[in-house]
Amino acid sequence: MTTDTPAGARVIFQRPELLADRSTHYCPGCGHGVVHRLIAEVLGELGLGARTIAVAPVGCAVFAYDYIGVDFVEAPHGRAPAVATGIRRVRPDAFVLTYQGDGDLAAIGTAEIIHAAGRGELLTAVFVNNGIYGMTGGQMAPTTLLGQRSTSSPGGREAAFHGYPIPMTEMLAIMPGVAYAARGSVADAPAIGRTKQYLRRACEIQLEGRGFAIVEVISNCPVGWGMTPTESMERLREVVAKEYRPGVIVDRTKEA
Amino acid sequence: MTITTIPPTPLHHGHRVLMKGNEAMAEAAIRAGCDAYFGYPITPQAELLEWMARRMPEESRPFVQAESELGAITMALGAAATGARVLVSSSSPGISLMAEAMSYMAGAEIPMVLVNVMRGGPGLGGIGPSQADYFQATKGHGHGDYRVPVLAPSSIGEAMALMADAFELAEKYRTPVFILADGTLGQAMEPVELHFREPPRLAADWALTGADGRPPRVVKSMHLEPEDLEVHNRHLQAKFAEITAREVRWAGENLDGAELVIVAYGTAARVARTAIARARDDALRVGLFRPITLWPFPSAALAEVAARARGVLVVELSAGQMVEDVRLAIEGRTPVAFEGRTGGMVPTPGEVLDALRRLRGTTAGDAAEPTKEARP
Repeated sequence: MTTDTPAGARVIFQRPELLADRSTHYCPGCGHGVVHRLIAEVLGELGLGARTIAVAPVGCAVFAYDYIGVDFVEAPHGRAPAVATGIRRVRPDAFVLTYQGDGDLAAIGTAEIIHAAGRGELLTAVFVNNGIYGMTGGQMAPTTLLGQRSTSSPGGREAAFHGYPIPMTEMLAIMPGVAYAARGSVADAPAIGRTKQYLRRACEIQLEGRGFAIVEVISNCPVGWGMTPTESMERLREVVAKEYRPGVIVDRTKEA
Repeated sequence: MTITTIPPTPLHHGHRVLMKGNEAMAEAAIRAGCDAYFGYPITPQAELLEWMARRMPEESRPFVQAESELGAITMALGAAATGARVLVSSSSPGISLMAEAMSYMAGAEIPMVLVNVMRGGPGLGGIGPSQADYFQATKGHGHGDYRVPVLAPSSIGEAMALMADAFELAEKYRTPVFILADGTLGQAMEPVELHFREPPRLAADWALTGADGRPPRVVKSMHLEPEDLEVHNRHLQAKFAEITAREVRWAGENLDGAELVIVAYGTAARVARTAIARARDDALRVGLFRPITLWPFPSAALAEVAARARGVLVVELSAGQMVEDVRLAIEGRTPVAFEGRTGGMVPTPGEVLDALRRLRGTTAGDAAEPTKEARP
């Protein structure tokens, strides 16, 4: 990318070097693109592009490797934290990042994320929670809110029938191997700014060797939710963020 | 209760020692340059994991006891994707869980060696020795159109030697490789002459090392466009054809002038050898054809051997699995009989001898005469 800057002007916003110069395959209004950009910004700012090995999930974000310019391996569904553990153990100098959605991390991959956290693996886990299986057509996820309609909970999620949403990040935060757990959001610019700070801290913690770090990012799925992008952002802010409250959930680097 | 640790044992190349199969395979892997081991406890392979738990840290190499076989094999997938030489071991029910990642690794062309110390099935089955996973190892494990080389040792010494060969094959062809052992090979102790070998490292211009001064690399098995996936699958099939053409291995014993031929691998071949010796008292000349690669199966060699015999007896610790490949190889030109036990039971040499006598009875004086002319 070249930027011809007129005399007296300065660049205040541009595509991060580690973000590919191409349109994504994500649906209009999807939050994944925002999270990809934040990761590209943070990795670039910390100078980690050349030593990062990232793990792509199964789900919409499997194509993360098409957009974020670092080495990537594709994990079987839910197994990204185990794949990342293998990388971590043989490549102590690598920066290792996992990217998972809520079906991947909170359903099929529950064992892998809990045990990677339990071992205190030096990993930075990014968990994008949009409360639905997007790629397969909008089915209910473990994180789907009570009352929320999906193609596999057409009358809305009922606790008595479908069970309760699983607060994965809070569950992980109680484990001593977890150095840092935070929840961000892509609902608006201030939330995105805070999310970037959480991601940056979760990366620094790996570099400092402090332990496992996870950042959940609550996001939207306009198509899966049956909403316009604007409506979905409204719901994210007014409904989802009330159940999955953004903020730092635990920071053991401060307790120490 | 006090837990005593096994004292360090100096294991020198060329020495003759008494070793348990599981431990011998583990040490052979270490000496073959295994960079990392990931496992999960399961009988009858647990001693392999335990040996690695002690020895890998001594060598300053990673050992992780994973949360499940799914975890173990995907840890291996991640480590191997960076170019590391990786070993995983399990037994039958655990291998079923690992089938998922085997498919991913075959698709993404990630080298790795997986040892299956087979036990009786189906389901939780039992913990006795078995060869009931032949179909699983040679025909499938995971989903999709793929094959992986399957090496079948029949002694602990051979298992040690095949470990280095397995890493070499895995890296040469960028593929997972199976070592298919059974509970007897894993649990038994026998004297072995130690022969360690560390295969040379190949340049891995695909491995994930961080995109430092080069474009980013992606190790993946997904190709969403049918046209792309077909191109990739054709590439894989060409590789499988090359392995089939170049890597077939088998061993023959007493095949010259053999009236009957036993086809058996692993522990079944050991039983067969005893039966063959006893058959000499019956003036029955029996040879042994022992496949070492179960895939690629030594079909052409077996067809040639079978054409010179009156009958073929397949002996397995299963209800009859490899026998299907034997029949495919022989294509009905020579009668094929089967003798097997299941569930952790092992055929006795006497049972095999009886099966040989029955086979001789049914084949005596039949249409095998013309093949005699082909004998050397």
